[in-house]
Amino acid sequence: MTSASVEMQQWIRFTPVQRFARFAVFFVMAAAVGWALKTIEIIPEFLYDAPEQVVDMGQRMWPIDWAHFWPVVWPALVETIHMSAMATILGLLMGIPVGFLAARNATPFPWVNLIARFILVATRSISTLIWALFFVAMFGPGPLAGALAIAFHSIGFIGKMFSEGVEEANKGSIEALQAAGASRMQQIIMGYWPQVLPTFWSVALFRWDINVRESAVLGLVGAGGIGMALNAAIDLIQWQRVSLILFTIFIVVILIETVVTQIRKRVI
Amino acid sequence: MSVASLSEKTTVTRADFFAPSLGKRLAYVAVFAYVVYAAATLGLSLDRIEKGVGYGLRFLAGFFPPNFTETDIIPGLLESLQIAFLSSLIGTALAIPIAVLAARNLMPPWVSWLARLLIIFCRSFHPVIVAIIAVKAVGFGALAGIIALTFASIGFVGKLLSEAIEEISKKQIEAVRATGASFMNVIAFGVVPQVMNRFIGFVAYETDSNLRNSTMVGVVGAGGIGGTLFSAFQRFDYNFVAGIILCIIGLVMIGEVLQIYVKRVFR
Repeated sequence: MTSASVEMQQWIRFTPVQRFARFAVFFVMAAAVGWALKTIEIIPEFLYDAPEQVVDMGQRMWPIDWAHFWPVVWPALVETIHMSAMATILGLLMGIPVGFLAARNATPFPWVNLIARFILVATRSISTLIWALFFVAMFGPGPLAGALAIAFHSIGFIGKMFSEGVEEANKGSIEALQAAGASRMQQIIMGYWPQVLPTFWSVALFRWDINVRESAVLGLVGAGGIGMALNAAIDLIQWQRVSLILFTIFIVVILIETVVTQIRKRVI
Repeated sequence: MSVASLSEKTTVTRADFFAPSLGKRLAYVAVFAYVVYAAATLGLSLDRIEKGVGYGLRFLAGFFPPNFTETDIIPGLLESLQIAFLSSLIGTALAIPIAVLAARNLMPPWVSWLARLLIIFCRSFHPVIVAIIAVKAVGFGALAGIIALTFASIGFVGKLLSEAIEEISKKQIEAVRATGASFMNVIAFGVVPQVMNRFIGFVAYETDSNLRNSTMVGVVGAGGIGGTLFSAFQRFDYNFVAGIILCIIGLVMIGEVLQIYVKRVFR
């Protein structure tokens, strides 16, 4: 028998470099968590009586103050829906051009791509609340500031999704248009746009869904919508109204998500 | 077919190619009408825009030069990082069992419905709203921020992971089951290898989004740089506001680049 001379073949899934990279990522993650745990400032007493406090708050929230719904919560809710819809439309109007400018194939100027990408990251990193602070200072309190805040914050997400969609577009039809002598604008409208139309619908619906959630908080800084009712109820320690508003937000978000899923199934 | 009959048939005018349908036109009109109506309810007017733009320009002028007062910015940013790391870790750790319970192909309907309800509950509230409630419950500070972002993480990772588990191939699970494996073994050798890649993607995205949100929860007193930003805004210290915002943008950009590298390592 010569089986001893046959070398055992050993399968190793990753190369040493890959293994090292994985180890390094895990090590950095562990170190980051360790550092965070060690240095974070948490007052232990607050942590220990947290369950008690939460139970106490829950008791104060019950029973839900339904009578508050029609006079205050319903108008605020309608305002929230308008605000989020307008913000989505405005965000699409601003985000799509930036998305096209950020796509390397539709805009073959690297410095324009770079600027557009910076706009996308910058608008996304400034949260809606901070945008709302600016717009409340500019346009005064109210839903206009809220709509603008959400719209500007949406630019980043919409533009990023769009530029990715445009970069994946099929080159064939674009080249056909170029061969026919189409201008850049015509290439975008007749070549890229039909190809990114599914992206458009999915981004528009997805972002609207997010924006409804976002618009629920803007009232905290005075930017209108149901958040303002929430803020008022919290400041006046009316917990039974707080629970009503939270319940309303919960139901509306579920409803809108269901609607969006249904539309997506039909359209896309 | 003769040439004459062919030319007779091909009398297509250019307009026919791109003629929009009546339904589409009606939809456009409806959207336009809604925009006009909604703009009216928002109180949009030219005068207001003109005034607002004037204020806005004054704002922008107030931003220069940005002020980076290290003693205030660095601790705030570090606290934001702490909140982001810890909430991502705790949130993901809690989301994994909940996602397994919510997967309809592994669990009986009543279990998956309960777990899905929990995920929907966590998802439907914006982190800042949870942060307000958490601040009321556990007081000001980083703990409230961690609780708020943990909720958001459970919702996000839980939803995507449970959907990923529902999409896996049944065959591998059956093969593992056929060897007499226990439930935990089925999870470990049948489910985990199939969802691992996507799971890493979700967690990387979630950490990134927690980092972004951790700079915001401070506005309601839940720790992090947001509190510094909000107080600077309230005392009209716009140079400092600009400095903080630039630091936040830098932090988020670093996070996004790191996220891409981490995903590449695990591909």
